[in-house]
Amino acid sequence: MKFACRVCDLKKEYVLKSETVRALRSVTFDIPEGDYVAIMGPSGSGKSTLLNMLGCLDLPTSGSLFLGDDDVAKMSDDQLAEIRSRRIGFVFQSYNLIQQLTVVENIQVPLIYQGRLGKKELERCQALAAMVGLGDRLSHRPNQLSGGQQQRVAIARSLVNDPYFILADEPTGNLDSRTTEEILQLFERLNGEGRTIILVTHEDEVAKRAKRVVRLKDGMVQWDKMNTEESRILAAQHAIENMPVEV
Amino acid sequence: MIWLLTVQLSIKSLWLHPLRSLLTVLGILIGVASVIWLLAISKGIGDEARRQIESLGADTIIVRSIKPPTEKLSAQGVTPYGLTRDEFEMLTRTIPTVRSAIPIRELRRQFQYESRVIDGRLVGCTPEYADANRLKIARGRFISDAENFQRETSCVLASKVAERLFPVQDPIGKRVYMPESTDFYIVVGVLEPKNATAAIGGSLAAQDFSSDIYIPIKTLQQRIGDMVSRRTGSSFEGEILELNQITLKINSVAEVKKSATLIEDTLVIHKRMEDIAVVVPLELLEQARTTQAMFMVFMGMIAAISLLVGGIGIMNIMLATVTERTREIGIRRALGAKRSDIVRQFLIETTVLSVVGGASGILIGLLCGPSVNLARSIAQWYAPKTIAQLPDVIRSVQPQILIESIPVAFYISLAVGILFGMYPAMRAAKMNPIDALRHE
Repeated sequence: MKFACRVCDLKKEYVLKSETVRALRSVTFDIPEGDYVAIMGPSGSGKSTLLNMLGCLDLPTSGSLFLGDDDVAKMSDDQLAEIRSRRIGFVFQSYNLIQQLTVVENIQVPLIYQGRLGKKELERCQALAAMVGLGDRLSHRPNQLSGGQQQRVAIARSLVNDPYFILADEPTGNLDSRTTEEILQLFERLNGEGRTIILVTHEDEVAKRAKRVVRLKDGMVQWDKMNTEESRILAAQHAIENMPVEV
Repeated sequence: MIWLLTVQLSIKSLWLHPLRSLLTVLGILIGVASVIWLLAISKGIGDEARRQIESLGADTIIVRSIKPPTEKLSAQGVTPYGLTRDEFEMLTRTIPTVRSAIPIRELRRQFQYESRVIDGRLVGCTPEYADANRLKIARGRFISDAENFQRETSCVLASKVAERLFPVQDPIGKRVYMPESTDFYIVVGVLEPKNATAAIGGSLAAQDFSSDIYIPIKTLQQRIGDMVSRRTGSSFEGEILELNQITLKINSVAEVKKSATLIEDTLVIHKRMEDIAVVVPLELLEQARTTQAMFMVFMGMIAAISLLVGGIGIMNIMLATVTERTREIGIRRALGAKRSDIVRQFLIETTVLSVVGGASGILIGLLCGPSVNLARSIAQWYAPKTIAQLPDVIRSVQPQILIESIPVAFYISLAVGILFGMYPAMRAAKMNPIDALRHE
């Protein structure tokens, strides 16, 4: 089995006002390609720290983190930037689009930092925009789009570099239930196409839709279990049924 | 390609806050324009002074008689002072480097033709005077050697005199009357208008050639003499003076300074009375050059300060921009931008600002000449009296744009942009992407 990501005895400590905080004590898990993992946990559980490590935004104190065959734990700042631009697709809670760029340009950003600026790339960005249903809004600016549309642009952007996995940090946190459903369905579709998705959330409803849930507590994995196919379908039905009716 | 894209991006980012960017550009614009303006104006002023000194000729030495202070004159009678004809002969015969010499005698006189009267200056001189002072003949000719030798009563009119005395007639051949000495002089030539020369330092008074009448010096000596008296009320004022000025041309510029020392030594007798001054235009020229250089350095420093202020403006704005766009920096870092990419992005933004500022500053700088003239004519219109009181240099200065100042100003603005953009850009790049992403 090929792995998108392997976390092995990952530790992270940092010093806060002369006090050492052990954000991650020891975390070990593997994410095979094509998986759909929800990482859960209360605040202070090390969820964000783990997310930063997985996103190559921060280095662990010890342990190793393999993305594909590369051990990220020992990389320089520039190498990490390289990995982020080639191997990781970020989706954030607050969309994090660049305001002065259009939809297509926003999708293009990770490619720019790889130095890929050709016509082929532009076409790919347009195709991705169309794939997330924004084919007719290519030259709109983020402030001309709704929250759901912005998040779909962000998802398109996360796919543009053909990453090992999509790392989504509370992607539905700012969205209403209808849009949340749209985004989750988009994730399911992408996962169905073979994309690996790592989703950090504290909402049970969202976590139930993933194939697998990893729960952190006090910087360690509390439990790691698979959601059955039935429970996922049930959760989806439940979400749709409980959607408020428009008057 | 990535550079081009970054430039595009930076223009977009700057366009998000047009007013802010405009004001920042304005800072650089003013800096660059002031570099060009101040250098052009100081060049203009300096050139004007140099041109006037050069018009005297670098190979010239001027010896002038000065009316000594009253306490040095004897209490009774009229004491002769100043240069004498004997001294003129002595200088021309004994100083080997003298090529030619012009004796000059100047008097205030009234000139009259029919009922028209004008006050002016009567100048007794030799034919070389016209060349030495670059007088141009409009009609007729200048006085000749023969006329001088023969003590003829011929005269040459300066343009204004001719205009006033002969508004409609042809002056050539007419006789101009001088009531004070009851003499007539026959007009043989009329000069073209000539600009007045400004005073140079304290040693050479301004000369207005426009109301002169030139006659042979020997004629003046014979018909008017050395003694000039003027009765004002009951008191009697008089002076005895043979020559007002001797203009000497020296063989070569290299010998001018030595010759000047020699002349001073020859005329040592005047030391006690302090009734002569030796003016060496070459020395004045050298002085003027140093003064101009100092002036330009000084002006350059003022301009540099305004550029510095512009640069600080850029830094200030960019620091604000970096803080404001912390989130964007975080996003870019998360999406794979290296620190160097961020530095480049912000550096290009400041460079765009400063290049736009520099280019428009150069355009404004090139308008220096016309705008100085415009300002002058506006001032002339609203406050003619104040303008009239201003020094000649300010009234007449024509800014000379230094070609070198344009690329220099441009590169300086570019350097200012990069220099002052560096710190904000580094600060942006040093940000931790995690914190930057969380920034609200």
